[in-house]
Amino acid sequence: MVWVNQDKCAIAGIGATDYYIRGQSFPRTINEMVGEAILKACEDAGISVKQIDGFAYYSGAQMGYGDKADTASLMEMLGIEEVGFTAALTSGGGGAAGAVGLAAAAIQNEDARYVVTVMALQQYRQRLGTVFGASAPSPENSFLQPSGLVGPGHLMSVLARRHMHLYGTRREAFAEVVISQRLNAMNRPQAVRKTELTLDEYFASPMLADPLCRLDFCLETDGAVAWITTSTERARDLRQKPVLIHAAAHGGSRNWGRAFAWMGMPDPDFGSSGHKPIGDRLWQLSGLQPSDIDVALIYDHFSAMVVMQLEDYGFCAKGEGGPFVESGAIRFNGGSLPVNPHGGQLSEAYIIGATHTREAVEQLRESAINQVKDAEFALVTGGPASLPVSGCILRRDS
Amino acid sequence: MTGITYGDAMKIPGDHIQITTDTWTEPFWQAAKAERLTACQCGACGHFRMPPTAFCPNCQSQKVNWPALPGTGTVFSFAICNKSPFPDVPDFVYVPVVVDLDGAPGARLVSNLVGMPAEDVVIGMKVRVDWNDIRDGWKLPIFRKA
Repeated sequence: MVWVNQDKCAIAGIGATDYYIRGQSFPRTINEMVGEAILKACEDAGISVKQIDGFAYYSGAQMGYGDKADTASLMEMLGIEEVGFTAALTSGGGGAAGAVGLAAAAIQNEDARYVVTVMALQQYRQRLGTVFGASAPSPENSFLQPSGLVGPGHLMSVLARRHMHLYGTRREAFAEVVISQRLNAMNRPQAVRKTELTLDEYFASPMLADPLCRLDFCLETDGAVAWITTSTERARDLRQKPVLIHAAAHGGSRNWGRAFAWMGMPDPDFGSSGHKPIGDRLWQLSGLQPSDIDVALIYDHFSAMVVMQLEDYGFCAKGEGGPFVESGAIRFNGGSLPVNPHGGQLSEAYIIGATHTREAVEQLRESAINQVKDAEFALVTGGPASLPVSGCILRRDS
Repeated sequence: MTGITYGDAMKIPGDHIQITTDTWTEPFWQAAKAERLTACQCGACGHFRMPPTAFCPNCQSQKVNWPALPGTGTVFSFAICNKSPFPDVPDFVYVPVVVDLDGAPGARLVSNLVGMPAEDVVIGMKVRVDWNDIRDGWKLPIFRKA
């Protein structure tokens, strides 16, 4: 059944700070970066920050891992007078693409009119890449942390190996994800990594958690991104062409659950992204099929998880993600499904998924640096991570 | 698989490993202290669950058994790491491993595989439990090739 709220809400404005290599945003504060992103999003939309009356976060309103946004503090800092909605999707970056659904819920329920979603990351105290090893283990985590799987990439390397074992997936497939996105980042002023990368250079990259090497891991960067969601009707009176929320879903199944923080997933969920239930729902909610997607912003914290998401969303059959990407299918130039034309989190910047929504908005306004011609439908996904995982389909306004 | 020669997979230094317990996980660790490998089994329906939790996800019972397992298992997947996870310990090779436990269908342990060249570890390999002395008098189950 097609989603009752299809195309009724829209992203009306988006804003971002500069992107910084890890730690280099200091001495800026994280609330300052959050505020800058929100003010820029309001400016982009053509509204006053005082018109904001709702907050729809993801990641439990954590800004990265260790900092947390507090609606009251943001209201005080920015002069927002009253809110009718302030809520977050739980867990972490898995909800990155689903937060627009939460914002749409606020608007369709008439709790709020202009809802902001924001994510910021600043890593001058603790590197995200080794975040698990730094914390004292909980009783639950005492069954994981002693193994020396010190960060998310180490954990996902175990999933990647299972995928290689079951389906014959090659490192060349992971390399293609990295290399294709690097090509996309080369002409982007804000990208952190933009020198061309060869296959030989990929294979010379040091292993961090075999089978994943350093280049399979996303960047560790600082910055903030925010966007404003409102009703499509209101958005059409604002400064920018609206980007319609065509479908949004978050959740997932227990077989994935805590995923790589658990390692109890049966096959085929173990060697997957956990996104199949989200993909199935999005196709149902939207009435679309994978071939209708013009550009895909696939959460790329680790290259191997891009391959698995392409399978789970049905762009290729389960187990065929490797050959699919190795065929050149995800290239901006000549691919059948351009993936992450902004360079993604592997090459542009990593703000826990928020840069993907930014790129989708620019694509559907036809103002992207690497513009996919006539892009009408963009798929955005959240991180393969502990539930919820999420996805959304955004649409160009006619 | 990647053609890299790593050398022997080592234990993680036990004096750098801490665990904590709660009501539901403590019996697992007490058994480990006596070098007895167990897993949390539902006392009502027999379903295994790891880590141990307060309810059986299959039948919601809170009754639990702690059967003695054979101590063997099968490598389900693994990674090879060669950077030290600790700033005060020089780099060493270790193999985080996910093990399907014999005698406890559906239950897995995330552990380390030690005592063999890391590059020779394969999925499907049979392994046997060994014990690593860690902080506060606890013991951590690790695995060697069976």
